[in-house]
Formats: sequence, C-alpha cells, structure tokens
Amino acid sequence: MLDNEKIIELQDLKKETLLLKNQGYRYITMSCVDLGDSFDLIYHFDKAYEIYNMRFSVAKGTIVPSLSDVYFCAMLTENELKDLFGLEFSGLVLDCGGNLLITDEVGAAPMTKQYVVKAKESE
Amino acid sequence: MAKKTILPFGPQHPVLPEPIQLQLVMEDEIVVEAIPAIGYVHRGLEKLTETKAIAENIFVVERICGICSFMHALCYCQGIESLMNITVPDRSRFLRVIWGELHRLHSHHLWLGLLADAFGFESLFMQCWRNREMVMDIMEMTAGSRVIISTNALGGVRRDIDSDQQKFILNSLNKLQEELDNIKRVFSDDYTVNKRLVDVAVISKEDAHELGAVGPVMRASGLSFDYRTTGYAAYNELDFEPIVEQSGDCYARMMVRLRECYQSIDIIRQAFAKLPEGPIASPVKGFPSGEIATRVEQPRGEVLYYIKANGTNHLDRLRVRTPTFANIPALLKMVKGLTLADIPIAILSIDPCISCTER
Repeated sequence: MLDNEKIIELQDLKKETLLLKNQGYRYITMSCVDLGDSFDLIYHFDKAYEIYNMRFSVAKGTIVPSLSDVYFCAMLTENELKDLFGLEFSGLVLDCGGNLLITDEVGAAPMTKQYVVKAKESE
Repeated sequence: MAKKTILPFGPQHPVLPEPIQLQLVMEDEIVVEAIPAIGYVHRGLEKLTETKAIAENIFVVERICGICSFMHALCYCQGIESLMNITVPDRSRFLRVIWGELHRLHSHHLWLGLLADAFGFESLFMQCWRNREMVMDIMEMTAGSRVIISTNALGGVRRDIDSDQQKFILNSLNKLQEELDNIKRVFSDDYTVNKRLVDVAVISKEDAHELGAVGPVMRASGLSFDYRTTGYAAYNELDFEPIVEQSGDCYARMMVRLRECYQSIDIIRQAFAKLPEGPIASPVKGFPSGEIATRVEQPRGEVLYYIKANGTNHLDRLRVRTPTFANIPALLKMVKGLTLADIPIAILSIDPCISCTER
C-alpha cells in the first residue's frame, strides 16, 4: 500500500479521474504489477508536490477504459502497457497497435511474469 | 484545402543524438499533426531489475541514461532507503547534492551545445562543450569516471570529496561561471539565436499542466514546479528558488536551462560551505519490504520510481517514468502549426533523452 492511496473499482476510474482533473491534479504516470492471474494498476497524480495514487486490480484479459480522453498524456503510458503487459484499453485516442516500444518479433507481453527470454536456436 | 502529406522525421537525423521518429502530417510546409514512433533503443531494463539483486540494481538504473545516471541511482537508493527506514549520514546527503548538481551542469551544457549546433552556430556549440569538459574533469577526479560515476550506494555514497578536491572544484566552477557569462550574452542577445527561438513552438501554461510536462519545459511555461524544493537529500538546507520563465517558447526553455547552470553552481558552493564532517554511508542490513513511489528532479525534469519489494533480495517490480517520456505529449502539441524548418529546434527544445524514455 502506497502513501496517499485510494482503492477504487474499475467502473469508477473515469469518474474519479475527472474529479482529480477538476481539482487541478497533474497526471504523472501509471504503474502495472503482474500478480499472476490479475494486474494491479496504480495511477499516480500530483498536486502541489503531493502525490496521489489510485489503485484497482483487474483480471488478465479485462479491457480497461482509457484515460487518454481525459488526460491526453495518458495515451503514451497506455500504449506502453499494451506493449509490455498485453493490457487492452478501450477508447485510446492514439493506438500504436502494440508497437510503441517493441516489434512483433519480441512476442506478447514481455514484462509479465510468465515471459521467458529464449535464445534463438543456432542455424 | 492543401493536400496532406505524411513526412517521416527521424529516427536518424543530424539534429537527433538518439533515434526517435515523428510522423509529421503536413499541409504544404505546415505541420498539422505529429505521431510519435519510438522503440529503437528499448532494452527491457525494468524487467532486468527483477532478476538482479537489490544492490546490483543501482548499476542497472545508472545505465538507463548516461547523462542523468547519478539521479537515477539517487532516486532508486532513496526509495529503497525509505522502505528500509535507513537514515543516511548528513555528509552523504550533501555529497549527493553536489554530484547531482554537477550532473545538471554537464547535462545542460551538453544540451546548450546541441541547440547551438541545431541552428548552425558551430563556434557556440564548441564553446559549450569545451565548458562542459570542466565539469567532466571534476567528475573524473572525484569518481574515477566521467559519465556513469557510480558514487551512490544504499545508505549513502561510495566516495568522499576531500579538501584539495573541494578547492579544485570551486576554482573550476569560478572559471565555468566566467565562461557562462560569455555564452549567456550570445544565447540571450544574438539576433540569429533570437530569430530561431523566440515565439517558436509555444506551449501555454494550461497545456503544459494538462499534458503532464515536467522540468524546464514546464517551468518555461510559467509553472513553478521543481521537485528539489521538497527538500530531498540536503536541498532543504540550501537556499534556491525554481527558475521560471513565462513565454513557453524555445527561447524560454533555453533561458531556464541557462539560468539553472548558474543556480547549480550556487547550490554546489552552498553545499560545500555547509558540508558537515562525518561518515559517508550507513550500514545496510536485510531486505526491503513494501511499496513506494519516489521522485527526484533530474536535469530534464521530475523522474518517478515505483518500487515494490517483497522482503527478499529481488524486487517484485521497478517502474520508472522518465522526464522525456512525460514531455513527449507536450512536444506533439507544440509542433502543430510550425514550418518544417522549425521542427528540429522544437524537438531539441524538450532535451529529448530516448534512452531514458524507452529504458
């Protein structure tokens, strides 16, 4: 548990974010932690040097609403998590199709716990 | 209505020290939209930190970026120290400030040189990089290497700075300040420099906030945010204010960095004047447990480390949000409406570090 953290439900994400935006919070980033069957998603915001964190857990395969229509800058983080964790976001204003940071040859979701780096077989 | 053309800018371009591509949607000579394409130097360093021991991760995070390697290690160490309730000795807090500000100095000089090179002022570029060498010499003398100095450790720092070294550093900083006065006149008053920077790639205060901009990009748009003012390391015992400009253009971003060079010199002098005697590191036993989100102010802006530890010698997760990553949305906004000729200057004005961005 982080300091100054609020645990929310997935369906409240947009509502809570809009409240923060109206209060003058700046979007910092979001963090994703692989818990095995689910992901922990933590959204970090700042106002007057105080960090505010919002957290919820989602089962793998759940589609998460994008915040990019509230904070455009969330678009980059969401594309990054799509690449690295295989998360899917609905309503992404700029969707890089899983190729923001990695190419197709890397394989799916390299930051998840089950991803194992394999050496190429010698020819 | 003019026909739209998509023009790929980068990943290789004379003005780009590192690879990034912007797909520019052009109407004649005017940019109407920009779409970023990164991923050319992604190394999976966050994943690597899950396999290394906690103390080894200092060397991993230092390699996220050479230019601000010290600050990456500082942010990581401060996070782990907070999780383990370690109080670092006072002397090491001040030494961290000194090396941190030396990093800011060499980073800003590197950028000022690159900017001069981008608008074709070769002698100014060489002057900036020659001045930067004074800072690199200080790093080499105090740490044994020029770029990745590896002086941070869990519980404090690895090396001390003795009185002879302090004299050398203060003398070098006096010379550097004289040289800064010379280049400042050119950067702030030269007709050509002004024509290339003033009113170019403007980003408003409201947009900078909404787009999550940080560091000099944010402060050049009138937002007074500098995470050093929260007082981490020994900043709470030093006197300084965030450097803020109002116009939000390339000129303002350049002036913030130029003025921060003077500020860094002043902070280093203050830190030496108040440098206490004593040990430079506290003993560290055991492993951290819990979660923390910790931040420091790098030359390019605020960096955030999210650390999740589980009581073993390996982390569950280390997440790094670097300043250039935060400034890319602002870049996409500021290039709209520019002519193609101004795009290199606009991109450079956020001081892009792609190694940081992609990790």
